[in-house]
Parts: sequence; C-alpha cells; structure tokens
Amino acid sequence: MSQQAANGVPCRGKVLTLDNMNPNVRRVEYAVRGAIVQRAGQIEKELKEGVKKPFTEVIKANIGDAHAMGQKPISFLRQVLALCSYPELLEDNKFPEDAKQRARRILEACGGHSIGAYSASQGIECVRQDVARYIEKRDGGIPSNPDNIYLSTGASDAIVTMLKLLVCGEGRGRTGVMISIPQYPLYSAALADLGAVQISYYLDEDKCWSLDVAELKRAIDAARQHCNPRVLCIINPGNPTGQVQSRQCIEDVIQFAKEEHLFLMADEVYQDNVYAEGCKFHSFKKVLFEMGPAYSSTVEMASFHSTSKCYMGECGFRGGYMEVINMDPEVKAQLTKLVSVRLCPPVPGQALLDLVVNPPQPDEPSYNTFMKERTAVLAALAEKARLTEQIFNEVPGITCNPVQGAMYTFPRIALPQKAIDKAKEEGQVPDMFYCMRLLEEEGICLVPGSGFGQREGTFHFRMTILPPTEKLKIVLQKISDFHGRFTQEFS
Amino acid sequence: MKQLVLARRASQIKVELTQRVRKPYKEVIDVSWGDPHKAGVKPLSFVRQVIAACLYPQLLNSDRLPVDVRQRAQSLLKGCDGGSVGSYTATRGISEIVHRVSEFITRRDGGAPSYPENIFISPGSQWALRNILNVLVNSEASHRTGVLTPMPCYSVSLMSIRGLGAVTVPYNLREEQGWELQVEELHRALESAKGVCDPVALYVINPGNPAGYVQSRKSIQEVIQFVSEKRLFLLADEVYQDCVHGENSEFVSYKRVLAEMGPPLSDTVELASFHSASKGFLGECGLRGGYVELVNLDPAVKKYIYKLFSTDACAPVLGQFALDLMMKPPQPGDPSYPLYSVETQHIRTALVHNVKRVLEVVNNLPGFCCQPVKGAFVFPRLHLPPKAIQKAKEMGMQPDAFYCIRLLEEASVIVSPGCDYGQKEGTHHIRFHIMTPEDTMEEVLRRLSSFHTQFMKDFS
Repeated sequence: MSQQAANGVPCRGKVLTLDNMNPNVRRVEYAVRGAIVQRAGQIEKELKEGVKKPFTEVIKANIGDAHAMGQKPISFLRQVLALCSYPELLEDNKFPEDAKQRARRILEACGGHSIGAYSASQGIECVRQDVARYIEKRDGGIPSNPDNIYLSTGASDAIVTMLKLLVCGEGRGRTGVMISIPQYPLYSAALADLGAVQISYYLDEDKCWSLDVAELKRAIDAARQHCNPRVLCIINPGNPTGQVQSRQCIEDVIQFAKEEHLFLMADEVYQDNVYAEGCKFHSFKKVLFEMGPAYSSTVEMASFHSTSKCYMGECGFRGGYMEVINMDPEVKAQLTKLVSVRLCPPVPGQALLDLVVNPPQPDEPSYNTFMKERTAVLAALAEKARLTEQIFNEVPGITCNPVQGAMYTFPRIALPQKAIDKAKEEGQVPDMFYCMRLLEEEGICLVPGSGFGQREGTFHFRMTILPPTEKLKIVLQKISDFHGRFTQEFS
Repeated sequence: MKQLVLARRASQIKVELTQRVRKPYKEVIDVSWGDPHKAGVKPLSFVRQVIAACLYPQLLNSDRLPVDVRQRAQSLLKGCDGGSVGSYTATRGISEIVHRVSEFITRRDGGAPSYPENIFISPGSQWALRNILNVLVNSEASHRTGVLTPMPCYSVSLMSIRGLGAVTVPYNLREEQGWELQVEELHRALESAKGVCDPVALYVINPGNPAGYVQSRKSIQEVIQFVSEKRLFLLADEVYQDCVHGENSEFVSYKRVLAEMGPPLSDTVELASFHSASKGFLGECGLRGGYVELVNLDPAVKKYIYKLFSTDACAPVLGQFALDLMMKPPQPGDPSYPLYSVETQHIRTALVHNVKRVLEVVNNLPGFCCQPVKGAFVFPRLHLPPKAIQKAKEMGMQPDAFYCIRLLEEASVIVSPGCDYGQKEGTHHIRFHIMTPEDTMEEVLRRLSSFHTQFMKDFS
C-alpha cells in the first residue's frame, strides 16, 4: 500500500491544471519576452559559467530598453528623484536650485511628504495638472482637463485597463478590437487574456508601413460577420515598424472611427522619437480638435504616453499616463473605480513623469545641461536609425524600410525554401528558426516577426537601434554576414 | 464608491482648513489607509539613502553617505542592465533580489526550502494576487468560479475577485472570539456555494485586514487540512506579517506550517503566499514592491503564469530594491545599524504604545467594543443608537459610513467604515490604522473621544 493510500489521502492530480485554468491565459503570448529571450538568458548564464561560445556577450536587441544598452540617464531627472527619495539632500549645495524646487513641490503633494505613501489612484493631483498643461502646450493650446488624466504603471497598465473597460458581450456580440499587423504584442496578449476578438488591419510594407483607410474598411466589414467591432488601436510612431503617420492619415483614421462608431486608442509613447526628414509627430488629440466640433465633441478616444521611451528611457520606473476624451461620465466613474483596484501607480514614476512634462526652462540653472543631454540622445538615435536602414539595405535578401521613428527596425528577410522546410521539420516558425540560429552563432537576440504579426509568407525580425553606435555597427555587420551564410547554407 | 466620497470630502476639507475657513483643527488626520508614511511615520534612513545613491550614482563618489549604504547601492546597481535603475529587469525580478527573497523566506520559515523559480516580484502584492486569480478564474466553465473570502475582508481584494467575474463566498470570522477563523464556518460557506458557483480557492488574510487578528498555528493547520480535503487552491495574503506585536502572538507563515505538517500535505497543497514592502517598518507603499511565492503548482501552469507576468514587463526597480532592503537590513556591526535600530525600535515602541492606548480609550467609550489587536488595524464594533441608524437611512448611507462622514466633518479624522469590508448584518464597525507616530495616535484618540461622546449624545 503506498504511503499516500495508507494515510487515506487518495492519489490524485493537481487542483490547478492546464485543463481547468483560465483558458484565455493559455492563449496569451508575448514574444518580446518569449522563448528566444529565455534562451538568450540561458546562454548568458552559460557564458558566466565559462562555457566557450563564438562570442563573449549576448546583445539583447530584443527589447526597447535604452539604459540596458548603455544610454545614460538625464542628470536633472535623477537629481530631483534622489532629492525626493532622501530629502536630507536638499541641504546639499551640490544640487541645483531648480531641482530642489521641483523636489519640494513633489514632496509637498505626497502623503506625509514621502514618495513611499500611496497616492490617489488616479495619480498625484499636481502631477495630473502638470501633465494637462504639457498636453495643452504640445497641442497648440487645445484645453486638457486634469480630471481626464489617469497616471499609470507604464502605458501598458492604462492600455490594459482601457481594453478591460471596452470588452464585453458574447458570441457574435463579443467586442472586436482593431489592431495593426504588425503590432506590439501587448495588444494581442491583452485581447487574448480578455477573450476579445482581434481584428487585424495590415500596414502597407511597400508604402513605408503606412495605414490605408481602405484596409481598415476591409478589415471591419469582414469582422462584422462574427463580432461587434468597437475599438480601433493605432500605434504612432509605430512599434515594431517605426513609421510616423502623416497628418492626413491621422485625419482619415479619425474620420473612419467616427463613421464606424469606434473608440480610438492612440498609443503615442514614442512621440519624441521622430527622426526622418519630413516626418512630424501629430497627436491624435490635436488633429481631432482641429477637425472641428463635429469630431472633437463626439469621437471618444484615449491617448497613451510613457516615461519608458523618448529621450528619458526610464523603463524601470513604470511611469505613464492616459488622457481620455469625450468619455461618458458614468463610464468614467467606473474607470476611476477600476483603477483603484491596483491602488496607485509607483510614486517615483509619477514624480518622473512630472519632470518630463515640466522640464528645466531656459531661465533655469539646469537648462543647458538638460538640453545638451536630451539633444545628444535624440541625435544619436536618429543617426542609428539612418545607419541601420543604410546597412541593412545593402544586404541582398534584407529589405529595410526607413526607420522614421520609435526605436526599432523591422526589416523583411528573404528565406530560402530549404530553410523554411527545415524550420517546419523542427517544429519552428521560419523566422524563429532564423533568429535562434543567429542567437546561437552570434549571440545577438532579436525577436522574430511572427511575434508581431506579418503578411502570410513574409518573414521579418525586430531589432532595436539602441546599442551604442560603434556596437550597433558591429551588430549590423554580424547580422549581414549571418544572413549571407544562412542563405548560402540553405540554397 | 464610498471610499471615493470620503476621499473627495477629505480633499475639500483639507483646502478649507488651509484657508482657515473651518476650525478648530489645523489639519486632517488620515488613518484610513494601511499607509504608515501618510500617517506620519518616517521612512527608514538606510533605505532612502541606498535608493538615492542608486538613482544618482554621483553620490557614491562622496563621503556623504555611510560606506555600507554605498556598498549596497553599488551591489544593487550591478544587478541592473546598463547599471541603471531605468532598465527593465527580468520578468520575475532582478535575479539577485529574487534569490534574496527566497533566502529570507527560508530563514523566516525555520529552514523550509524556498526556490527562486517559484517567486515573482510584482508592483505590489495586489497585482500578483490579481494575476494568480486571473489564472484560477475560468470564464468558460459552466458555473462561475467562486473564491472563499473572509468576512470582513480587505475591500480591494474583493474588488479584484469580482472584477475578474468570480463570485466571493464569505466565511464569517468570529468577532466575539477575537475574529477567530473557525473551520466549521469554512464548511458552511463551501456548502452555501452549492448551485451558486464553483469554488476553486480559499483566500485568507493573516495578519488580518480590516480586523487586526493573527491566526494561531492550530487554525492555520485546520485551514490547510480543509483546502486539501476540499481540493481548493490556497491564497495566503501575509503582507502585515511584520506588524505583529503583543504577547502570545507570533506570526507563522502558511508555508512554514504546511512544510511542518509533512507529506502528503506538504507536497500536494497548492499555495500562493503574498508579501510586500508596503507595510512593516519600511512602509514603502508608493514604491510598489511585492511578491508571490508559489508552492506545489503544476509546472505546466507555472509556465503560463510566467507568460502572464511577462506581459506587464516587470515590477518597478525601486520597488524591487525596497524588497531587497527589507529582506536584508543592516546587521549589527554595519555603520548604518545603530540608526536603523533606533528608527525601527521607535516604530515598534509606537505601535505597542498605540495599541495599548487605543484599546484603553476605545473600550472606555460607551458604544464601542474592541477585540484584542495583534496586527496593524483596529476594527472596533460600534453600537449605534437607533436614531443615528435612522438618520443614516434617511441620507441613503450605511450607518457606519454616516458615522465616518460625521467624524471627518466635525473632527477632521478619516477612518473607514465597516460596510466597506463586509460585516454581519446589523453590526457596524470602523477601521483605522495604528502604525502612526505616538502623538498622532493620541490626537486621533482625543478627537475621536470628543466626537463620539457628542455624537452619542446628539442621537440619544
């Protein structure tokens, strides 16, 4: 008799199993931190243990993390945050007066004058006011109400919250959410988790990943057969594609949203990351209001921003916000209740956001250094964007659209049929097969295009343009060489 | 929604006070949150010095900060990609910190092993709780998922459960026996769920919130036996474990008791334990650092839990650091130890003093009755006069919410009403936090006494 049976406890399986767990969670995939990244982590461990490889380090060009790649934090931001953390430093004359003044103001707004106290769930009031003022300034004076600003734990938190609010219904009435292909896989993951219907609209690779309203129409008409389309998500500047939509395109999208009665979600976290000549960031809100009251008083929208990207790159703080426009007041009350469940966004992230929207002004002591650092970061990114496009386009079999903005390149790779077959044999998607080989041979970690979505029969990878310029050149060279070898091997 | 009403009124009153429109108090005292800093407890110097140095590493070059602070900051920064707190971290948290957490758990639990791969650091414990609940709640099953919850229960957890579409199945804690969890009540609650929902999990809060009880070892064993027998997943919310005080009360973790009960229970009961840097001596609620430890979960399910956590990127780095500093504070011999020791002793002394004073004062006010308090909150029962209950009804409010609004209006003190947490029909309570400076608590008690006396007179 087994010990268990002797104890009277029946032999049995687990309480929580694959079969009875939430089936939606089983559908969640998030390629940016997926299988290839886990393999990269393993390889790093092996390197640390002294295992010999054809390379000495793993270059993690899979995630939009600027500091991880050596970008330096902006001094002013860190000074104020240090002062907020340990206010005794306010006595230290090594800190500039404008930093101290902002730290005092932030601490004044915190419970017990500590960044360790919970804030209101919607975020510290004076920070929301500052965010509203920043938006007004950015958008040429179009008013922004602090009550419509919700601070969040990174933009992701706000995006998921908004989707949670929007997704309802059953069967054919289930909410459909339009999202681009390719897309940042937080969206597909959230939609899987919520059991929403994903409505994919394809960006046009041949036209620099631009968005065509005819494609939106095609997608929504097809979707109406099996779900209730209610939301349109757009990422501008784009991730993974980096395209910066033209003003005309944004107007067209707003027009479409109005006609089809859709809630617009505008993910604008890369708004300062615009590099290409002739490209400019137009906020959805600004364009909406400039289209006149027929639109600005009816189209319901949420815009998202974050402290993780742009010139700050402070991913680890998890700072962000969303602005909601034309939301039904009763729904807004529910939204306010919903965000209270996660208590409050990290207060250092809120403080950081306050500095981003309230940076040193020309008459302040920190201004020169701040502007110098900010300009240097954005200039370096612009240069790396240009370099990436140039080098990849010199490789036969790699086609790279201009990196107009954001932090990534999403080049198309031509894979020989033999490679595709081999991948199938190994039970892998072809671009994952390619990326895994690259990782094992060169120690470079990218994310296969299949993680973001792409047209059937096409293959891509997403690489960040974040490594320091000299390192980036080496990475680009290695990938180019690898591509040649790979193509040769499977020809 | 009631919390928002109170909060909004509190903001208005704060403004009125600064404008000297209203008298006689100079400021609003808010003891309605489990938030020590908000109530005036100072952050620990060591923690804040290390964090400041990590934020602005130039501070490492001067002697301004003690040498152990600088060393710790350097060591923490080494665990960050690019040496910056601005980088994302691994999904489960910075590996060295995750290890530190597992070492802490092992030490705390008398050697019962804890494995880093079972630990997920999250932006606060509620975030982790919600992710685990998300995995448990099966929206496609024919019956709605149920979760057994204590009555009274921390309101945010109830919202998390209901927000995922699950049903809360309350089990009553026995107020007259110091809020004891009686296993017969668990049986009754489970029985009551028949035909209503499909219970999959049991949620316990120990030490308690809102009622400040600490479960005995025997009680914990009974709960473990119960979940094993009934095949329920155990969710143990233990965030107040460092706030325990008083004689004959000792926190022992569910994991430890489970381990000590030996096989087969120790190998089979599926458990998720939650902890946080928001409570205890650190009180760093705003940094959002917490974790969940998973015990005996199906490895295939754990893979999906990992994926779910990965979509949220990672916990804020400063929150992770707070956890690290909590798990490994200054030791005797370290330069920062004397100050750390003084500061924590001060908090501990205040806590013990506050509890004594609260019980003295509150139990001497007619209409109040308070059970022994061993944790961070006081949840005294209010016996309200019928006239007050009537007035509340007329105003469309719960009687204890009405009491709280009046307390705010007249005494500028914020506490939360029992109706927010669930309570036995016809009973009323208020909850307030006792991790405050001593003089703050004295002021709260002074204002509460005078308000309460007047209130009882007005409605007699």
